Amino acid sequence: MGSVITSNGHSKMLNLTLQVWRQKNVKAKGYMEEYKLKSVSTEMSFLEMLDMLNEQLIKEGKDPVAFDHDCREGICGMCGAVVNGYAHGPDEATTLCQTHMRSFSDGETITIEPWRAKAFPVIKDLAVDRSSFERIMESGGYVSIGTGGAPDGNAIPIPKEAADKAMDAAQCIGCGACVAACPNASAMLFASAKISHLANLPQGQVERRDRVRNMVRAMDELGFGNCTNHGECEAVCPKEIKMENIALMNREYFKALV
Amino acid sequence: MATVLDSKVPSGPLGEKWEKHKFESKLVNPANRRKFSVIVVGTGLAGASAAASLGDMGYNVKAFCFQDSPRRAHSIAAQGGINAAKNYRNDGDSIYRLFYDTIKGGDYRAREANVHRLAQVSVNIIDQCVAQGVPFAREYGGLLDNRSFGGAQVSRTFYARGQTGQQLLLGAYSALARQIHLKNVEMHTRSEMLDLVVVNGKARGIITRDLTTGKVERHSADAVLLCTGGYGNVFFLSTNAQGCNVTATWRAHRKGAYMANPCYTQIHPTCIPVHGEDQSKLTLMSESLRNDGRVWVPKKADDKRRAEDIPEEERDYFLERKYPAFGNLVPRDIASRNAKEVCDEGRGVGEGQAVYLDFAASIKRVGEDVIRDRYGNLFDMYAKITAENPYKTPMQIYPAVHYTMGGLWVDYNLQSTIPGLFVLGEANFSDHGANRLGASALMQGLADGYFVVPYTLGNYLGGTKLDPVDANAPEFAAAENDVNERVNKLLSVNGNKTPLQFHKELGKIMWNECGMARSKEGLEKALKVIPALREEFWSTVKVSGEAGEFNQQLERAGRVADFLEFGELFAKDALIREESCGGHFRTEHQTEEGEAKRDDENFAHVAAYEWTGKSGEQIRNVEQLVFENVKLTQRSYK
Repeated sequence: MGSVITSNGHSKMLNLTLQVWRQKNVKAKGYMEEYKLKSVSTEMSFLEMLDMLNEQLIKEGKDPVAFDHDCREGICGMCGAVVNGYAHGPDEATTLCQTHMRSFSDGETITIEPWRAKAFPVIKDLAVDRSSFERIMESGGYVSIGTGGAPDGNAIPIPKEAADKAMDAAQCIGCGACVAACPNASAMLFASAKISHLANLPQGQVERRDRVRNMVRAMDELGFGNCTNHGECEAVCPKEIKMENIALMNREYFKALV
Repeated sequence: MATVLDSKVPSGPLGEKWEKHKFESKLVNPANRRKFSVIVVGTGLAGASAAASLGDMGYNVKAFCFQDSPRRAHSIAAQGGINAAKNYRNDGDSIYRLFYDTIKGGDYRAREANVHRLAQVSVNIIDQCVAQGVPFAREYGGLLDNRSFGGAQVSRTFYARGQTGQQLLLGAYSALARQIHLKNVEMHTRSEMLDLVVVNGKARGIITRDLTTGKVERHSADAVLLCTGGYGNVFFLSTNAQGCNVTATWRAHRKGAYMANPCYTQIHPTCIPVHGEDQSKLTLMSESLRNDGRVWVPKKADDKRRAEDIPEEERDYFLERKYPAFGNLVPRDIASRNAKEVCDEGRGVGEGQAVYLDFAASIKRVGEDVIRDRYGNLFDMYAKITAENPYKTPMQIYPAVHYTMGGLWVDYNLQSTIPGLFVLGEANFSDHGANRLGASALMQGLADGYFVVPYTLGNYLGGTKLDPVDANAPEFAAAENDVNERVNKLLSVNGNKTPLQFHKELGKIMWNECGMARSKEGLEKALKVIPALREEFWSTVKVSGEAGEFNQQLERAGRVADFLEFGELFAKDALIREESCGGHFRTEHQTEEGEAKRDDENFAHVAAYEWTGKSGEQIRNVEQLVFENVKLTQRSYK
């Protein structure tokens, strides 16, 4: 495992200039700082490039850049930064950890900033506090059942089409890119994905009205904005969650009010 | 002096043990449950399901995770599916068959009674998850769909596209979120357990570090549940998330919990090959792909032709050739070893450390759309990482560290050797023996959390005299002091090598000497170089930043320090186990055909190590495995 192996033989080396947002903590004033990074392999992932930067900074006695990450396979939703103005970087339907350096070119300057939203305060550098998403989920993103006593799995037949639609929405990884990209810092794509997932299934019907009312109220109280149809959320979503979920959520909301 | 461990397996026929045990267990009445507090560390499938279930029952639960949300635990990344003995396909499945397949798949190194209970509750898991709204794959008639997984000849795997772990975890997370909302669970995110507190011989609390502020905190309770996952990252490169670590279980080990079978590691056959020195992780391609993908290499060595230029008769579909009954769906340990073997013969593809996983035949048979429907997200992931199109050219895959069957020793109640300390999911050792079958990790995590620990914890709390616990007790102060000293020590070395460099070096030693093939010579070497590396770590590590801030370097340094102790025990266990079984392959012990050769006379036991105060000097205790229902045979998948 020690030798250098490229899976496709297309590896190239890049020299890069990075403009990175540095902010010591939530109260400190942030600023952009420039770093030079040499010999970055195009086979590396974006986060591996940041690892490389941090190893270099530590050796120079400087403070490494804080950034959130965990699974590095595009599913945990922990990573994310605004890269060259795009949440999760230039590649469509791709989390930052799955973005590879082959999407950048030699000599390029790359700007890297945290998610920016009132409801996502910066913890340090690129790491932000997304606990507001937790509050939204806690307000109603579930079917209220305890453990045990569930009927047989096949006792609830569900048309394949409905199950597929529910799954399309349920794929949301809660990364927050939708909020970061939205000029209103709206969390409606995130919340509507859960509402749509459960509204498409028989299991979600019992609490359908309460769920949408409670989740919409939570979003408002937490300082997220409203949707004004910019479509930036859908454009950056790494899991291709569709804006039609927001339309569905709005219909659900009006139905729940009457 | 080594002791013989009591597994506390109930008496009676296999199929009646669990019912009998549940009936004989002590109960805590609903009104009294709120008087008990329970700590749950980790919020993957095991932790989230346990915390949600216990909160729902009325216990006072405090849950902890190091991520910023319980939803991010690495169970989220499980792809292919979850097994359950539903027999919805009418193809001969049963609880006994799932039990039997799991015991056999684990190469007869798991505890019969635990595995049978797992198979029994597997059917309840599917029902529970469906009721939560988990969007499992459906057939056109609206009923649940299944696929096949390795080591089984029935179709019993339930799935949600290639994201089954995600959907199951989000189901458990949603149940947990509801309990948090109801204030039955107090959730602590970005919080890492750094020590266990034992008072009068019982687990009574933990010491944590708030990863945002660096504040070290004391938390007391009547019982502690560790649901903290496996230790695959001791190899540095693995399919685990970056944060996965051994610290919680290792700290508990140092406080008296026995560590069982640490050398049992699963090397998963289908991962994207390594690309270079700066790589930080390996990505799994789900085992489910072996339903439709055929594994092959060229027949002759050093064949540099492109896959599409190699004619059919010059390809070696080595799994189909050697194991006609199971073909590409042999268990993981066997598939991995065979891939290594053909690469060692010089028949590897790409840069040499890879074999093909080819979908051409399936695409021809069912069409590209059907394949996309089944595995679309996996194909997309592969394309993103490698910049190749697997619909057109075969995938290149190679084995990688994926799962650890070893873990803290637990009895039938999932209780460790420290009373009041329960261990669930991958963190314990109990159900998979020396090799885990695909789609069984999700099953075990949820079984432990939803359907086992709610009973066995009640039995403990209802049947044990517990003094009131006080976080001001000297044991808490001492543990907090230890944590602070350790943190300060890490920061004060101020040497010239980063924690990441040490982690990579340890990983190389582990992969070379404790990987897919292990020898006496290599393991003895590992036992020399790991302690030396650990010494070097404590004298030359450079950890930047301060204790009282968000400091990811400090987090990694603490985890690597524990891996440097754990790795030594791993090698020691592998050296003493003079046999091959499942994922533990000792080159000295193989059949003429190169299969794992067990030594049932001397090693049909669990090795559980007891801390004695110094790394590497643990006492090896033994739990003899008793097989009353299955006959030990040489595993055959031919």
